Formats: sequence, C-alpha cells, structure tokens
Amino acid sequence: MLDLREYNCLGEALRAALGRWPNEVCLIEADRERENLRLTYRQFSETAQPLAKAFQNAGLGGGTRAAIIMTNQSKWLISAYAIFFCGGVLVPLDYKLSAAEQLKLLAHSKAEFLVTEYHLWRAITQDASFKNLTIRSVVVTDAPPIADLGDAKRWEDFHDAGDPIFVPRTRKDAACIVYSSGTGGRPKGCVLTHENYLEQCVALTSLYPFGPGVQYLSILPTNHAIDFMVGFIGPFTCGAMVVHLRTLRPEYIRDAFTRYKITYMSLVPLVLKNLERGLRQRFDELPKGKRAVLNAAIAANRAFTRRRPRLKLSRMLLRQVHAAFGGELKAFFVGGAFTEPKTLDFFYDLGILVANGYGCTEAGTVITVNDLKPFRSDTVGKPLPGLEVKLSNPDAEAIGEVMVRSKTVMSHYLDDPEMTAETIVDGWLMTGDLGRFDKTGHLQLLGRKKNMIVTEEGKNIYPEDIETSFEGLAVKEFCVFAANFLWPERTMLGETLVIVIHPEPGQAITPELVANMTERNRRLLNYKRISAYLAWDRDFPLTASLKIKRSELAQQIRQTIGREALVPL
Amino acid sequence: MSALQQTTDEVLRLAAEHFRVPREQLRPDDDFFKKLGINSLQALDLLTRIEQHFHIELPDYELQGVSDFQTLAQRIHSRL
Repeated sequence: MLDLREYNCLGEALRAALGRWPNEVCLIEADRERENLRLTYRQFSETAQPLAKAFQNAGLGGGTRAAIIMTNQSKWLISAYAIFFCGGVLVPLDYKLSAAEQLKLLAHSKAEFLVTEYHLWRAITQDASFKNLTIRSVVVTDAPPIADLGDAKRWEDFHDAGDPIFVPRTRKDAACIVYSSGTGGRPKGCVLTHENYLEQCVALTSLYPFGPGVQYLSILPTNHAIDFMVGFIGPFTCGAMVVHLRTLRPEYIRDAFTRYKITYMSLVPLVLKNLERGLRQRFDELPKGKRAVLNAAIAANRAFTRRRPRLKLSRMLLRQVHAAFGGELKAFFVGGAFTEPKTLDFFYDLGILVANGYGCTEAGTVITVNDLKPFRSDTVGKPLPGLEVKLSNPDAEAIGEVMVRSKTVMSHYLDDPEMTAETIVDGWLMTGDLGRFDKTGHLQLLGRKKNMIVTEEGKNIYPEDIETSFEGLAVKEFCVFAANFLWPERTMLGETLVIVIHPEPGQAITPELVANMTERNRRLLNYKRISAYLAWDRDFPLTASLKIKRSELAQQIRQTIGREALVPL
Repeated sequence: MSALQQTTDEVLRLAAEHFRVPREQLRPDDDFFKKLGINSLQALDLLTRIEQHFHIELPDYELQGVSDFQTLAQRIHSRL
C-alpha cells in the first residue's frame, strides 16, 4: 500500500496508485448477473485522462467545485478522479434527494460543473427551480441515443485528446464539500480537506490493511462517506479491487459474493439486518436433522471464538454458510447508524466478522471501530489510531457528549462561521452524541444530545429539513422534533420523528387536518416520514426574529406531557 | 379494464403472493411500506418478482420516491 503520509492530496495519491499497480484490476461494475465493465489501474487512468482533459479545457482548475449526482456505478469513481486530477473540489450529492433538494445544494455549494445520470438530470430539468441553476458545464451519463440534452454534454462525447496537466493541491486545501443535512433548512456543507481524507485512510488501513488480492464489494452509493473512504480511496491507494454492484437486491449481492470471492464489504444496519433475515429464513427451512447439525456447529464456533476470531476454523466448522459468502470473506464493516448487538452476535456466531464502527461526516467518516480483539457487540469499538476522543461534562454515570480532535476533523461548514463555531469548540468537534467509555477503552453510545435521528439506512434526518413538507399546514404553528429529543432515552435504536401542532384558538383537530398531515407525510421518502403528531395548546416560544426556540419548546413539552400523548400518523 | 388497471391488478396480486397477505386487503393507493410493514430492501424484492412476471428490467431507482401500488404500476406500465 502507498504510504499516504508522503502525499499532499488525493489526486496525487490516486495518480501514484494508478501507476504503481498498472496490471491489477481496480474496478468492476456489475449489474445483476452482468459485468458491465472491468478496468485495470492502467485502464482506469486511460479512461479518466480524456475526461480530465475535457474538464480542463472547459475551465475546471484548482479549487473549482464540481458536483457528482449518480447512483452506485463506475463513472462516479472515474469522474471523481478526473476532478481531483484537475485540482477540483468534489461535491458529492445524494442521488436519492429530490431534484429541488439537489438544486438547492448545487446552488449553495456554488458548483460550476456537474456529472449526473440521465434519469436524474431529467428530474432536475423538470423542477421549477431549475431556471435558477447557474452551472458552467453538465455532463450526462447513460442517456439514450435519441435523448435531447440541450446544453448538457453527453458522457460519451465529453473527452478531449492530449495529456491533461496534473494540478497539485496542498494538504489544507478543500478536497470535498459533503452535505450532512440542510436540504430544507440550513445547509451543512462540511468542507473536508485532503489531509482529512489522507489521515483517515492511514488510520483505517493501520487496523484493516488492504492490498492487491483484496476484493471489496461496494453496494453503498459513493456519495456516502463510508463508501467514499472504504470503497474508493482506501482500496485504490492499496492496490485492491472494487466491485461496484448497481443493485441492492439481496439475490444479486449473494451472487456477487461467490462470483468475485469478496473479502470485505461495507454496509449499513438495514442491509445487515436484511442479510440476517434471509439467513434465518434459510436456516428455518432446513430439515430437522440438518438444523441440529447447524446448531451444533454454531455452538462449537461460539465456544472456540469466545476470546478471539478464528476465521480458518469458522470456515471449516460452518463451511456451507461461508461458501454462500464466497469463502474468502474476512469482514463486513457496518456503520452509518447504530447496529443492534443481537444482529452482530448472530453473524459472529457464524464466524462472519462484523467490524462495527461509529463516525460522522464532520469527523472525516470514522471515529471508532471495533478491532475484533476481542469482538464486542455492545460497543462501537475504540478510537481510531491518531484520534483523540473524550467526553464532555460526563454525568454521574460517566455519560457525556462525544468530542473528537484529530487531523481527520473537517475544516469548517461552508459559508457558516456561526455553525462552525458551535460545532468545533477549541479545536474539538462536538458530535452531539452521548456515550461512555468502558474500562477497556471501548465506546458505548447511549443516545443523542442533538435534535435529529439516524435511520437504519445510515441517513441523518434533521427535523428542520422535514418541516418544509408541512409548510402551509392549517394550524397556528407546528414544529418537528426527534421523539428522543423531547423525551430523552438511553438508546440509539428505534428513533422516530414527531410533529407538534398548535391549532388556532377553538380549532379542532379534524379528520381532514389529520388526512392532510398523512398526505404530506406520504410525499416524503419512506425513511424521512413522521411517525406521530402531538397536539399542543400553548404558543410556541419565539426568538426576536420569530424563529421557534426549539430547546425551550421541547423543555415545556417534556415537563408537561409524555410520549403517551402521541397520536400515530 | 384499462391496460394500466390490469397492470395495477397484477402488481397487487404479486405483492399479496410475495408477502403472503390476502389480495383483497390490498388497494391501489395503499402505502406499501406501511400496509405491508416492509422496508426499502424488501420492496426491492417485490420489484424482482414483478420483473420476472412482466419480463422487463426495472433499475432500483425506479422505486425511488414510490410508496403506493398505483404509482409503481404506472412506472411498470411505461416500460411495457
């Protein structure tokens, strides 16, 4: 693997990697049973160079911001490398956001270039706010031959001859602007430097070394911080191979394991639980005798691996289970949200190692990860090497807000010094998560201080972003909260959002009003939905500029009523 | 019965079979996440079943922002 301490920017490190392992396969794009593309490191470079040249000829230079909005596919990585090669700042946006949300973040980031897929571009051009989009160049992939792209360029046509000029950046320069929230409210554009990513990669690979022969399965979109680091920068700078699967369907994930002999994969709790469900179902369908044999093998594996993982032994004891995962799997990395210990235990008992971690975009992805020495399902592991992690104002139970100081912590929030000052205090990143260290230095997470939820899909949902969907609701005022912010719980599981409505004087909560809330709720993506409403009969406390004092309102509610007053939507 | 209605009816039948619920309990405008108590990955499973039935290919993103059978049927119908 490259020694990333010797490099100043991602473009430089990736360029060195492409030259170091020219004949190793670096990227495969698979879709269902088909293989769409297979590139060696040399071929990857040869594919990206003409794109970089076209970007340069179009004016993309050092510090120019360029956005990517794409599903999980090879052109994401090729475009990102071309942007870094030109010295650009990458703005990875979530393809699952609505077109209006994407346009809002494009405007906030001041991106001058955009690479996107045809179906996403169509949705963007059909949005009412498209007319306000000021972008220099748009490149569209996967467009049908007859599609009229207007001023946008077709991916296949966007390449120029000649060698592009590599534009170096310093460690302190911005590498990416990653939005952790703010689609409805105040955009939180985390400015992450080249140093943030290089240091994060050094820390992660010191625990889990990648190299040629490692075959990584990427199913998360690369705009996701975990996939960007563990499924792109990490493997590429180590000479490993990445298999991009364009579908999340379980049967094709299973197929990819065996076909490509996968060694590592990152996933979010939702996918892990789905794999668990599938395995349990298969186990339940086994004839009695075979089930008894399996149970005995699981029990033996549990006993032999109590103190430390013993992968070879587990593969022997539970041969068929491991064969279903390709027989070469070393570990899953799970993060993005809290994973239930019983799910982690289920896999560990099968000898399938799951390194669960914890992190946030502001910290440059990962803060803690389980090093499996020994396996602990009840914690999110220990701080990564080089990261200082401590708790702010721990209470009598030693629980406090998790704070982080390291070279991996973001530089600032884009164009928001006030929010930056609230989040990075005296050089420490305040995460807003509550935790406790045990005697062995493992971190346990026990709730949140901040008003937000994280879904099993690893999505951070902020109430302010949801409120725009309820604008104009026929009540005097309303406010959305994380239920656990109103009534704190010592858990990170089962987090939900609730809407507090304050009707006009004498106004009843009619079936029409409830139906209207339900209808608005349904227009939200399923993981963003509100689970219940709460009727409140007092005026909301407001600031001088008429903004709701959320913490004060939450305190009033907390002191007056409990969760039992919630009405499901 | 229009072609779209027919597609919707087929989608409802396939969903009922796949998730083992009585067909008569499902309506075109039902929110399938809520009604069937499923998550987005389980909904993708249904998409595979639908693909096999209609002999078409539906990318995962076709399910993006869709939560009721009627809209799902419209997306399928446009690809038939």
